[in-house]
Amino acid sequence: MSKVRVLVGTHKGAFILSSDGKRKNWEVSGPFFAGWEIYHMKGSPAAPNRIFASQTSGWFGQIIQRSDDGGKTWSTPGGEKTPTPGPEPPAPSNKFAYDTSAETGAPLTTHQWYDGTQHPWEFKRVWHIEPSLTDPEVVYAGIEDAALFRSDNGGQSWHELAGLRGHGTGPHWQPGAGGMCLHTVILDPSDPDRIYIAISAAGAFRTDDGGKTWKPINKGLHSQYIPDPNAEVGHCVHHIAMSPRKPGVLFMQKHWDVMRSDDAGDTWREVSGNLPTDFGFAIDVHAHEPETLYVVPIKSDSEHFPVDGKLRVYRSRSGGNEWEELSKGLPEKDCYVNVLRDAMAVDTLDDCGIYFGTTGGQVYGSADSGDTWMPIARDLPAVFSVEVQTLA
Amino acid sequence: MIRLVLPQHLRTLAQVQGEIALEVAEPVSIRSVLDALESRYPVLRGTIRDHVTLERRPFLRFFACEEDLSHQPPDTPLPEPVASGKEPLLIIGAIAGG
Repeated sequence: MSKVRVLVGTHKGAFILSSDGKRKNWEVSGPFFAGWEIYHMKGSPAAPNRIFASQTSGWFGQIIQRSDDGGKTWSTPGGEKTPTPGPEPPAPSNKFAYDTSAETGAPLTTHQWYDGTQHPWEFKRVWHIEPSLTDPEVVYAGIEDAALFRSDNGGQSWHELAGLRGHGTGPHWQPGAGGMCLHTVILDPSDPDRIYIAISAAGAFRTDDGGKTWKPINKGLHSQYIPDPNAEVGHCVHHIAMSPRKPGVLFMQKHWDVMRSDDAGDTWREVSGNLPTDFGFAIDVHAHEPETLYVVPIKSDSEHFPVDGKLRVYRSRSGGNEWEELSKGLPEKDCYVNVLRDAMAVDTLDDCGIYFGTTGGQVYGSADSGDTWMPIARDLPAVFSVEVQTLA
Repeated sequence: MIRLVLPQHLRTLAQVQGEIALEVAEPVSIRSVLDALESRYPVLRGTIRDHVTLERRPFLRFFACEEDLSHQPPDTPLPEPVASGKEPLLIIGAIAGG
C-alpha cells in the first residue's frame, strides 16, 4: 500500500509526519536538528529515501544534512570525523562561496540595499533545496543573498551557477523583508536544461541551457512600488508552482496578485479573480489536474494573517480567476497565523492530498483535493516549509 | 594536548560529549586550534569562522583563563595554561534572542 511522508522544516528543528495511503492516522518523528532553523527539506525523486535538509543558525551558519534511509539517520555529506587530523579535509558540504573566477564565475558586484544604496553580496543561508528529477547525486540550492548553487556529488560540495547573478541586473536586485533570497527552484521534467527560479525581490528568471545563461521573465507583472510599468526586475515574487503534467504553465503568488503564464514565463496575466485578497505566500497545483490550483489568501503585506481570523484555502479548478473557498476542518475564528511560501505541497495519490503548515505550528492535510481538512500535527514550532513524498 | 569546550549545538553536530582534546603544534593560537579542530571534525568548518574570510562568526566568543580573547589577532599565542592543557579554551555562543 502507498505511504505518504510529509517533511516539515520549522523554526526549531525538522519533523517527519508519516501515514499510509488513507492519510487519517499520522505518526510524528523528530525533532531532528533540535534548536536549529530548518528552512527546507526535500527528498530526491530519483531515490526517495535520500532527503536533503537545510539546517541554519544565526550563531553557527549553514549546515547541509542528508539522509539515505528516509530520515531515520542523518549525516553531513563529506563532514565525517577524520581518524587523524590532516591538512586537506574532505569537501565542505556547507561552503557556499560565490564564484568570482574568470573561467566560470561573475564579478561579485553589489546589489541594492533597503535604503537604495549598494551593498556587497554576503552568503547567509540556504532557503530551498531542489534535488534533480533523475540523478540522486545532483541537487540545487537557492541561497540568500540570491544565487543558485549546484552539487554533483550528493551535497558534498557546491558550485555557483554564476550566470544568474552575473547576467547584468544584479545591482538592481533588492532584499524583501525576509532578505534577498532565492526561494523557488523548479526543474522542467520535459527539458533537463530548463530551470525556473524566483528571487525576492528581484523576480523570476529562466535558463534554457542548464544554468549557463538566464533571462528575467517578469513581463506582465505590475508592482505598486515600482514606477516603471515595464521594469525588468525588482518584483517581489513570493512563490511559483508548475504542474509536471503541463510544463510551461506557471502559477505565481506575487506579493500582491496571483499570476499565470502559459508561455514558460515569457508573459504573465493576473488571475486573482474573486479572491478575498490576492496577497499571500504559498501556491501549489493539483498533482493530476494541471488547471486546479491552491492559494492561502493573507490579509495584507502589513497584516500577515488570514482575513477575519478565518483560515481558508482557495481553490480554482479553472486555472485561476474563479476561486472557491475551502473551509471544512479549518479554523473558523481567532486564527492569526501565516502560511509561508514553501509551506504548501501536494502528494500524488489518486485522490490528491494537499498539505500546508502555519507559523502557529499546525500542519493541515486534506486527502480529498481540499474538500475537507484535518490537522495532522498541531503544536510544532513555526513551520517554514512543507514537502511531501508519495512512496510506493 | 589542548582542551577545548564547544557550545552545545556544535557538540551535537560533531557528535562529541564534554571537552575535546586536540593535538596542536606550537605556537598554540586561536588559528592553530581551529585548524586542528576543523581538520579533525570537518563538519565544524564554517560554523565558528567564515569559510572564505576565516573571520570569527559574530555571535561567538573565545574565552580562556577568565579573559575574552575574541578580539585578539588569530595568531596571537594563547595563554600558557591553555597551551599546556591546564585550562580549556572556551568557545561560547552569545546569549541572545528569545
